[in-house]
Amino acid sequence: MNIISFFRWAAAGLFLATASAHAAVQDFKLDNGLRVLVQEDARAPVVVSQVWYRAGSMDEFNGTTGVAHLLEHMMFQGTEKVPAGQFSKQIAAVGGRENAFTNLDYTTYFQQLPKDQLALSMKLEADRMANLKISDETYNKEIQVVMEERRMRTEDKPQAMVYERAMSVAYQEHPYRRPIIGWMDDLEHMTAQDARDWYRRWYAPNNATLVVVGDVKANDVVALAREYFGPLPAKALPARKPQDEPEQKGIKRINVKAPAKLPYLLMGWHAPVLRDVDRDQLPYALQLLAGVLDGHDSARLQKALVKEGKLAVNLDVGYDSIARGPGMFYLEATPSEGVTVDVLEKAIRAELDKVIASGVSEQELNRAKAQVIASDVYQRDSGFYQAMQIGELATVGLPLRLLDERVAKLRAVTADEVKAAAAQIIQDDHLTVAVLDPQPIEPKPRRAPVPGVKNDY
Amino acid sequence: MITDLLPRLLLALAAWTALAAHAALPIQHWTTAEGARVYFVESHNLPMLDVSVDFPAGSAYDAPDKAGLARLTQVMLDQGAGQMSEEEIANRLADVGAELGGRFDRDRAGVTLRTLSSAKERSEALAILVDVLQHPHFPDAAFQRERNRMLAELKEQEAQPEDVADKAFYRAVYGTHPYGLPESGTARGLNQVKQEDLARFHAAHYVAAGAVISMIGDLSRTEAEQLAARISAGLPTGPAPASIAAPVAVKPETLKLSLPSTQSHILMGLQGMSRTDPDYFPLYVGNYVLGGGGFDSRLLEEERQKRGYAYSAYSYFNPLVQPGPLEIGLQTRQEHTEDALKVAHETVQNFVAQGPTQAELTQAKGNLVGGFPLRLDTNKKILEYLAAIGFYRLPLNYLDTWTSKVQAVSLDQVRDAFRRRVNPDALSVVVVGPQATQ
Repeated sequence: MNIISFFRWAAAGLFLATASAHAAVQDFKLDNGLRVLVQEDARAPVVVSQVWYRAGSMDEFNGTTGVAHLLEHMMFQGTEKVPAGQFSKQIAAVGGRENAFTNLDYTTYFQQLPKDQLALSMKLEADRMANLKISDETYNKEIQVVMEERRMRTEDKPQAMVYERAMSVAYQEHPYRRPIIGWMDDLEHMTAQDARDWYRRWYAPNNATLVVVGDVKANDVVALAREYFGPLPAKALPARKPQDEPEQKGIKRINVKAPAKLPYLLMGWHAPVLRDVDRDQLPYALQLLAGVLDGHDSARLQKALVKEGKLAVNLDVGYDSIARGPGMFYLEATPSEGVTVDVLEKAIRAELDKVIASGVSEQELNRAKAQVIASDVYQRDSGFYQAMQIGELATVGLPLRLLDERVAKLRAVTADEVKAAAAQIIQDDHLTVAVLDPQPIEPKPRRAPVPGVKNDY
Repeated sequence: MITDLLPRLLLALAAWTALAAHAALPIQHWTTAEGARVYFVESHNLPMLDVSVDFPAGSAYDAPDKAGLARLTQVMLDQGAGQMSEEEIANRLADVGAELGGRFDRDRAGVTLRTLSSAKERSEALAILVDVLQHPHFPDAAFQRERNRMLAELKEQEAQPEDVADKAFYRAVYGTHPYGLPESGTARGLNQVKQEDLARFHAAHYVAAGAVISMIGDLSRTEAEQLAARISAGLPTGPAPASIAAPVAVKPETLKLSLPSTQSHILMGLQGMSRTDPDYFPLYVGNYVLGGGGFDSRLLEEERQKRGYAYSAYSYFNPLVQPGPLEIGLQTRQEHTEDALKVAHETVQNFVAQGPTQAELTQAKGNLVGGFPLRLDTNKKILEYLAAIGFYRLPLNYLDTWTSKVQAVSLDQVRDAFRRRVNPDALSVVVVGPQATQ
């Protein structure tokens, strides 16, 4: 091909990119129940492909916590046709990147590829959707890797430990009380058969969504999906029990002791999530409440507690309106030197009481909205992020039109609604408070080396 | 403009030898009247703009007795500037949905801005950026507070095995060279910093002659020139700071540090390569096989796939103005520490002695060359490349020739470069974690 035709092709590319920059998600369903969602985005000659299984840690049972995440690891350990390690090798060989993640609500596998390699990713994903082999040998090695992962992410991270323990107290009945990575004791007693059972139960086209975003044509994507996933049979999926959380009847408090230098405070209030995107109003108000409290460097709590009050060195407010299970409005903070957790908690409560009593100003609310509007544009810089949003909505069971309607819904929220939302949610009877009680890290004086001192090894 | 040229790039990859001269990315470059170097990519696909301005003002410019001054200066830039208090800066940025961020490492300190490109939002956000760079106040109250926050962060790091290991590692590999100082400084150093040190550091290091202005997004060339001129014109004047001295060789050390964690964090390494190193491509491609290529790499194969010792095991070169380190890392529970360390050491030894196999090298090139478009698929990633090309004075066609340079790396070049540059007996070793009780 000569240079002239390169330019012509390039010009066409630019035109299509402009035309399709805001293209709607195209929604298909194969006969076996696999949902296929495509967002065309021709800004770069790449594609991201994600397979979402509606099976996360919330679908586990006591005694085998962590099996959803363990299975995610086993999915890289080979099938009849594609031996252990070959999945990653084949993707890497063509320039791809791949990984997977397990959440409370879902397990997701993804590849990022040059756009002409989409077929390879579909071929491999379809194969391991139905033909995974779980040998005792690979299982025995991989469970060790997972235990190392738990040590790294939780056992040696004091704040992660507090979060894990706090959730197990905040939820009494709902499976969100169990850590995604699983309790260590359950990992120690897990068997290869547990992993096989999990795979047999949940890995099926009718329990999955394929999301593709990139420089592709939706019809081509669906044709490929039919070719590779089409022949896989649907399975009868087990009934899911709601396991609804009973109403909390009073504040819960826990202390967690762990080696650390600074204390840490986590407060979580039970809150609703979006179920009916047209009628629900509270989740939108809560999202803006989080923005007013902590959306930027001089937001309410940042200004009052970090910048001016100097009671905290760090503070974060979080709320996610999209989940299969129940929601939580939470706040975490690290007190400044010389400030106790009690003093910090009282100051936080005083600030929240002000919102409940006096509400928020129009200016504060508009500021929070400006950030929602801007980030809606910024998100389009990343195809991967777009795919994440699409896959999450689909897996949780919300309509995809929320992607387009979200900003308008948030814009419509009034200051009064934010005030009312705060009053309704920020209540002690629905609150769990968890505190990190730092334990000394220095060993007792002895001949052994201390940090910073050179020693032979 | 990005989409306009990327498809050409993809085709160029298929026939890379013939077409290597083609522009992967149309980078426009000029120098302002005051000497700031400007790198611009015009892209109107999204109604937004990304800007970054970097200076030779990273932690390697700290004096050891005031280690932390460089980072604190950068943190303090937006805590009051021009006619605005810190609160006004934060509120006005929030009002237009702009995101002000930073970039900080041993070589560089910088400010990043992401804004909508609509006229009102853009002009407000850029006005704040200009003030933050040119007229920071460094007020005393914010200085005291931000220093305390940094001190708290340093304190918390003392209990985190990965942070303790990282600091010990750089100290072991660089000794008293400025790269041996922690990026966020030390408690002792921060406590020595006086308020007036910040303005002095800013005046000496945030000068136009050393500045690199990078921009990508919905902006015309004329607008980009005006913006760059405006940023550059009000920056401190004077010569760019002297370059960081080359590190001297140090005697390899083995450090074992005690923390009550469940895992040992192991780091091994030595002084590696610079950003403009003649061995850059052989070492970069070779490292994919050693520990950079995930499941394609020998370290992950040996430590995780074969033995289940670790969740993560890796190696990478951190190329800086001067040779940054080759770092090899993994974490494992205490019982496996000795074995995992031995396996890592043998893996390096074998790789240096024999080099990669032909199959490994082919796999590495397949991934690096095939995956090249993924390096440029967002404005954010492109901005990082513009900033690096500018700061390290890489050739403007750096991205255009990148895949052909990877393809050109031979087995002999990898073997030869690793033999000359990575002596397995010269690796410093840091182990942080629970102590063996024997």
